[in-house]
Amino acid sequence: MAQPLVKKDDDHDDEADYSPFLGIEKGAVLQEVRVFNDPQLDPRRCSQVITKLLYLLNQGDSFSKNEATEVFFSVTKLFQSKDLGLRRMVYLIIKELSPSADEVIIVTSSLMKDMNSKTDMYRANAIRVLCRITDGTLLTQIERYLKQAIVDKNPVVASAALVSGIHLLQTNPEIVKRWSNEVQEAVQSRAALVQFHALALLQQIRQNDRLAVSKLVTSLTKGTARSPLAQCLLIRYASQVIRESANTQTGDRPFYDFLESCLRHKAEMVVFEAARAITELSGVTNRELTPAITALQLFLSSSKPVLRFAAVRALNKGVGCIDLLVFQNAQESDLVMGLLELVYFDPVAMTHPMAVTNCNIDMESLISDQNRSIATLAITTLLKTGNESSVDRLMKQITNFMSDIADEFKIVVVEAIRSLCLKFPLKYRSLMNFLSNILREEGGFDYKKAIVDSIVILIRDIPEAKESGLLQLCEFIEDCEFTYLSTQILHFLGNEGPKTTDPSKYIRYIYNRVHLENATVRAAAVSTLAKFGAMVDALKPQIFVLLRRCVLDSDDEVRDRTTLYLNTLGGDGEVVETDKETKTLLFGALDIPLVNLETSLKNYEPSEEPFDIDSVSKEVKSQPLAEKKAPGKKPTGLGAPLAGPPSTVDAYERLLSSIPEFLDFGKLFKSSAPVELTEAETEYAVNVVKHIFDRHVVFQYNCTNTIPEQLLENVSVIVDLSEADDFAEVLSKPVRSLPYDTPGQTFVAFEKPEGITAVGKFSNTLRFIVKEVDPTTGEAEEDGVEDEYQLEDLEVVAADYMMKVGVSNFRNAWESMGDDFEHVDEYGLGPRENLAEAVSAVINLLGMQPCEGTEVIATNSRSHTCLLSGVFLGNVRVLVRLQFGIDGSRDVAMKLAVRSEDEAVSDTIHEIVSSG
Amino acid sequence: MELEPLNDRFDLLVTKRSVEVLSFVEIWHGDSFPVVKNILLLDSEGKRVAVKYYSDDWPTNTAKLAFEKSLFAKTMKSNARTEAEITMFDSNIVLYKFVQDLHFYVTGGEDENELILAAVLQGFFDSISLLLRSNVDKREALENLDLIFLCLDEIVERGMILETDANVIAGKVAVNSMDPSAPLSEQTIGQALATAREHLTRTLFQ
Repeated sequence: MAQPLVKKDDDHDDEADYSPFLGIEKGAVLQEVRVFNDPQLDPRRCSQVITKLLYLLNQGDSFSKNEATEVFFSVTKLFQSKDLGLRRMVYLIIKELSPSADEVIIVTSSLMKDMNSKTDMYRANAIRVLCRITDGTLLTQIERYLKQAIVDKNPVVASAALVSGIHLLQTNPEIVKRWSNEVQEAVQSRAALVQFHALALLQQIRQNDRLAVSKLVTSLTKGTARSPLAQCLLIRYASQVIRESANTQTGDRPFYDFLESCLRHKAEMVVFEAARAITELSGVTNRELTPAITALQLFLSSSKPVLRFAAVRALNKGVGCIDLLVFQNAQESDLVMGLLELVYFDPVAMTHPMAVTNCNIDMESLISDQNRSIATLAITTLLKTGNESSVDRLMKQITNFMSDIADEFKIVVVEAIRSLCLKFPLKYRSLMNFLSNILREEGGFDYKKAIVDSIVILIRDIPEAKESGLLQLCEFIEDCEFTYLSTQILHFLGNEGPKTTDPSKYIRYIYNRVHLENATVRAAAVSTLAKFGAMVDALKPQIFVLLRRCVLDSDDEVRDRTTLYLNTLGGDGEVVETDKETKTLLFGALDIPLVNLETSLKNYEPSEEPFDIDSVSKEVKSQPLAEKKAPGKKPTGLGAPLAGPPSTVDAYERLLSSIPEFLDFGKLFKSSAPVELTEAETEYAVNVVKHIFDRHVVFQYNCTNTIPEQLLENVSVIVDLSEADDFAEVLSKPVRSLPYDTPGQTFVAFEKPEGITAVGKFSNTLRFIVKEVDPTTGEAEEDGVEDEYQLEDLEVVAADYMMKVGVSNFRNAWESMGDDFEHVDEYGLGPRENLAEAVSAVINLLGMQPCEGTEVIATNSRSHTCLLSGVFLGNVRVLVRLQFGIDGSRDVAMKLAVRSEDEAVSDTIHEIVSSG
Repeated sequence: MELEPLNDRFDLLVTKRSVEVLSFVEIWHGDSFPVVKNILLLDSEGKRVAVKYYSDDWPTNTAKLAFEKSLFAKTMKSNARTEAEITMFDSNIVLYKFVQDLHFYVTGGEDENELILAAVLQGFFDSISLLLRSNVDKREALENLDLIFLCLDEIVERGMILETDANVIAGKVAVNSMDPSAPLSEQTIGQALATAREHLTRTLFQ
C-alpha cells in the first residue's frame, strides 16, 4: 500500500477533513459577539470571534440589517483595547460590514484618533478604513490629515493615503484635486510603492489635461522610476501621450526612445509592458518594431508559462488586423489591391506579419506546450502568419494536438484553418484532408457545424476542392447525429452535386438517408433526389424508381414531396426534359422573407381569388436587436434562417387601398416604421408612417387622444413644406372624431416628381376641434373650440426610397448583375470614433440590407468590407460593395462600388452618399 | 467609556446599510493602472478557504461560486506546482499556483499585463508560505485564517495593488501581534513571524 509521503503531525490525523470551523453556525457566532461588551476584554478571544465572523462573510453568509448593526456596535467597543492584533481585526471587520452613514459617525472619532497615532500601522489602517466608509462631509474634516499622510515618511502610511485618494477621486474629485502638490512630492519618494501609487493618482487627477500628463511623463522618463510597477505606469502614460499626439505631430515620435530603453529593463514585467506598447503603436516602422518583437521572441522560450503565454498573446494580437484583411479578401484579388491602396497609410498592418514571421520557428515549439492556452494561441498565431511552405508541417502538428483540446478551442483552430485555406488555395488538399479527418472524430454540434461550414466555404471558393469536399460531406451524413447538419448538407448536395462530372456517385448516399433517418432528413433527401432528377436527365429514370419507393413513406411531408416531384417532373414513365419554369418552381430561391409570407397567408381569406405570391412584400423587416445573434466576421456557410417580427406591410397596403383617393397612386412601394412625433405621455400621442409610391408620398398620422375629458373632432395635420421644395400637397384626409383612447388615422398625401429621390423636412401641426366631455355621463358638449398642437418635424430621407431586400449569395448576385451600370468612387468620411460607427452610418444612410453578416466589424480592425443589397424605388435591384479603411488619426476612407439594373439609380446612390 | 452614551441612541438610529461599495473596475475605464479583479484561495475540492473580490463582474455570491467552480474545474488538472500557470477564462486572465491542497488564483482583465498579475500571485503565494511556514496546507491555513485575511488586505485594496513583495506583506501581517511600541525595524521578520505564529496558534480555537 502506498503510504502518504509526508506524515502529518499528531493532532487530527484521523480526521481527513478537519477544519477549525467545522459545524460553525451564524446564530452561535452572533451570540459570541457579546464578549466584545465585557468590561475586561480578552483580546485573543475577541480576535477569534472576529475571525469567525469574517469566515462566515467570506463563505457567502450574509447578515441581516439588524445583525450587522448589532455586530457593528459591539465591534466599536473594541477600540478600548490597546491590543495591536485585535485592532487590525477590528479594522478588517468594519470594512467588511460597510456601515451606513449614521454608524460611521460612531467610529469616526476613534479612527481619527488612530490616524494621528504614533504607531505607523494604526495610521495607515485607520486612513484606509475611514476613507473606505466615509462620505464627502466627513472628508473635509480629515482632509488636512490625509494631505499630511501623503507625504508621511513612513511608506505604508503614504501609500494608504494615496490609494485612498485614488478611490476618493471618483466620489469627491474636487477635494482630491487639491492635493496635487503633496502627490507631486510623493512621486519623488524613494519608496518604490509610494512612487507607484503617487504616479497613478497624479495621472488620474490630470487625465483630462493632456499637456500636464505629457509634462509629467517627460520629467519622469528622464530619471528612473524606482519600482517595476511604477515603470509600467510610465510606459502606459507615455504611450497614451503618443496616441494622443498622433494627430498633431508628424516626424519624430515622442518617447519612443524611452519605450525602447525599457526593453532593456531588468524586470520582465517592464520589458513586456514596453514591447506590448510598441507593437500596439499605430504607424510604427519596421525598425521601431524589431526590438520589441525580439524581446517577445526571447519570452517564447522562457521556462515560465506566464511569459510564454504573454508573449504569444501579444504577438497574436499584433497580427490581428492583417488576419482580417487577408481573410476577407483572399477570394478577390482585385479587392485586395483596392484595399492595399486604402491601408497604405497604415504601415503597421503591412510590416507586422514580416516581423512576426521571424518568430514563427520559436512559436512552433509552443504547439506542444503543456499549457493548452499557450498551445492554442501559438497555433492560431502561426496559422495567421504562416506561409505556404509551412502549411503541411503545421497540419501534421495540429493533428496530433486536436484530440487533447476542448471543443471551443477546436472551433478557433478550424476557423483559422479555413482562413489559411482561402489564403493558400493551392494547399486545399492537405487542409481538406485535415478537415475531413477531424469531421470523423467525436465532437459537439458547434464544432461539427464549424467544420461543415468550412468545407462548404472551401467548395464554394476553390473549384478544385469541390468533388472531394462533397464526398467528405456524403461520408459524414452516413453517420451524423445532428438532423440540422444532415438536412443542410443534403440541400447543399442537391445544389452542387448535379453540376459535378459524375453526379451518380452521390445518389447512393442520399438514398440511404431515406431508409435510415428521421422524417425531417427523409424529406430533405427526397428533395435532393428530385433535384438530381431535374438537373441530370440521364439519371431521371433511376431517380423516378427511387422516388416511387418513397410514395408510401410513413410521414406525410415525405409523401407529399415525393408526389409533387413525381408529378411535376413527369415521373409517369416518360423521360422528358424538365423545363426551366418547373425547375424554378420547385427549386428556385424563394426571394420572399418567410415571415412576410406567413403574415400574408394568415391574412388571406378564402375566396374565389387564389393566393398571389407576388403580392407578398419582399422587404426584410429589421430585426429587434435582442434577437439578433452576432454572426461574427465569418461568412456563414449554411445560412441561418431569417427570423423577424410579423410584417405589417400587408396591413398597410389593405388600409391604403380602402381609401379611394389613394387608388390611382399605383402600387405601394414601401412603408416606413412608425416615427414618434410626440414625447411619451403628452396629451396627444401621434406617430407617423411614411408610405412611398412612385410619384406620391403619403403620411399616415396615427393619433391617440389621452385625455378622458375631451373629444376631438375634425382632426387633421397641417404640414408646412417650406423645407421640402420638391413636394406638393395634393390631399388631406382628416379624422371625423377622436374619442379618448381610440386611435384614429389622418392622412396627408404629396406629389413628388417621378424618378427623383426627393428629400425634405416637414413641420407638422395637429389641428382639431376640442369638446369637453362630462366624465359622469360621457356626453360631449355641443360647442367645441378650435385648437392646435405642435408636433415634431418629420424628414423624408433617401433611405425611404430603398427597400431592404437581402440576397443569399452576394458574390453570385454581384457577378450576374454585371458591370454595365457599375459606378465606383472613393470618399473621405472624415474622422470617426471607430470603423464600426462609420460603417453603420453609411448603412443607415442608404437604408439597405447588409449581406453575409458584413455589418459586424471586428473590434479594432482597420479595414472592412461591407456588402449591401436592396431594391430602389421603381423596383430596381441595387447591390453595393463598401470598402472602408481607417488610419492612425481615425480618418475613414471609403470606396463605394454600386451595381444596379439602372444607370440612373447607380448614380443616385453615389449622390446620396456624397450629400449625406 | 466615550461610547456609552451613543449606545443609548442605538434604537433610534436609522440604519441604512450602504450596499454601494464603489467598484473599482467599473469606474476605471481605460488601462491607466493595473487592476486586480479577485484573489482566491481554494482547497483541493474547489471550496473556499478565503476569497476576495474587487470587481462587479460577479455581483452575487452565486455568481462568485459559479466562477470559482468552473475555474477550478478548468485548472484542477494542470500542473501548477513548480511554476505559476496562466489561462484565459471568461475574458479574464487567471494566474494560478498550487501547493499541497491549496489552490491560489489571481484574476485580472483580458488586457492586463500578465506579468504584473503574476507578481501579485507570487506575492500572495510567498507571503502565505512565509506566514504558514513549512506547513502550507488547508488545515494550517484555516487555523491561521486571520493571517490570511490580513494578508489579502495588505496585497490589494479595492483592486489597486498595495504591495507585491512577500517579505513586506508578511512583515506587515505579522507585526500585529507584537508590542506596538516596539518599532518594526528592531525586529527581524523571522522574529516577528515567530511571535505571530506562536501567539495565534496558542490562542485561536483552544
